[in-house]
Amino acid sequence: MTADMTQLIEPLIPALRRYARSFLKDAAAADDLVQDTLLRAVSHWRQRRPDGDARNWLFTILHNLAVSQLRQTARRGGMLPLDDADEFDVSAPSTQEDGLRQHDIMAAVNRLPDDQRSVLLLVSVEDLSYAQAARVLDVPIGTVMSRLARARARLLRLMEEDSAPASAHAYLRRVQ
Amino acid sequence: MTSTRPITEDELHAFVDQRLDATRHAEVETYLKMHPDVAARMAHYRQHRDALRAALAHVVEEPVPPQLNIRHLVEARRVDRRITWRPLAASVLMLIAGATGGWTLRGEASPSSEANGIASLAQEAAYTYNVFGSDPTHPVEFGAADKSQLVSWISSRLGRPIAIPDLVPSGYRFMGGRLVATPHGPAGLLMFDNDQGRRLAMLVRPMTIDANTRMSKHSFGGLRGYAWASQGTGFSLVSTAPEDLLHPIANEVRRQESSGI
Repeated sequence: MTADMTQLIEPLIPALRRYARSFLKDAAAADDLVQDTLLRAVSHWRQRRPDGDARNWLFTILHNLAVSQLRQTARRGGMLPLDDADEFDVSAPSTQEDGLRQHDIMAAVNRLPDDQRSVLLLVSVEDLSYAQAARVLDVPIGTVMSRLARARARLLRLMEEDSAPASAHAYLRRVQ
Repeated sequence: MTSTRPITEDELHAFVDQRLDATRHAEVETYLKMHPDVAARMAHYRQHRDALRAALAHVVEEPVPPQLNIRHLVEARRVDRRITWRPLAASVLMLIAGATGGWTLRGEASPSSEANGIASLAQEAAYTYNVFGSDPTHPVEFGAADKSQLVSWISSRLGRPIAIPDLVPSGYRFMGGRLVATPHGPAGLLMFDNDQGRRLAMLVRPMTIDANTRMSKHSFGGLRGYAWASQGTGFSLVSTAPEDLLHPIANEVRRQESSGI
């Protein structure tokens, strides 16, 4: 049974790390959360639905832990104001133009509200189906779809804002 | 338009995420050709999706750090102490420390037989029984079905092979067990019950002193226990069962243990 469990969980760890890091924006905190997720999965392995999807189950545990962590952080006042939140730990260091673009997209995603960001990441990056995302987030599919639509629309606005007055805009924000 | 069904916003997103069946995908493509503004928006969405995936791709390429290695986690199962019952284990320790006059704080410096030997083992078994033996829902962490996993976990933490005695002839079935904290390090807790639901707990741990000790009888309130040690491993059996029932079971455990099952 341990072997089964290990075989099912192990391949999912990189994706869990990716989701945690992109959702929490902090690499160390994200890995701590993934560790908590794995420990819970190991100790509650027998309590999962035997016909259930291990990936969905692990993402559900991780997401719930992440949400309660974000709430705690917010309560302690440790949350960054949205406009300062574009410094982040997520994208790969890169000096190429491609890297800059990646930086932009992550900065914009980080400015989305948590509930929109989680849907966008689960669907677009982790390739969960809309139904799976609905189960992980414990909301109806309709809610997943409307959050996804709002996330994408807002992301488009943010990206356009960032690129419109191009360097002047970025420069002013830096200075400020 | 080849279909009379209107295109929904949901379907546009499913188009971006490439989740439409071929027919509907083609219908959306036709629609987008006729609506360049929507097509432009979808093109942006798809670009953003690709950029986001690219920005995060490196995370899955990173080597998995040791603290996330599932094999280590399975082996150590620190979960319980860290998350679920660390407070519980701590309270057990506090109880023991309090009850024995704070001797745990003196630690290894002055090991006395009274505090660290067989009597201490018996005491720890009684506290453990009080906590887990009375727990209606989670008395054990590994059930009987995961016996081999439990045995290897306890054996690896105690640094010696541990066997689970067969007490079925005595009327007790193996329920399962867990690792517990004692002032002398980790100990294995094995739980058994009979048809009447009466439980019996066995605590096993390494002994630094009293390494070979004859069986002795102990009692703690309503609990009775038998404890002994053999070749550096201590055993303590605790239950609410009366002495005349518990004693033969303890003898049986000792017999099985010494015959190397």
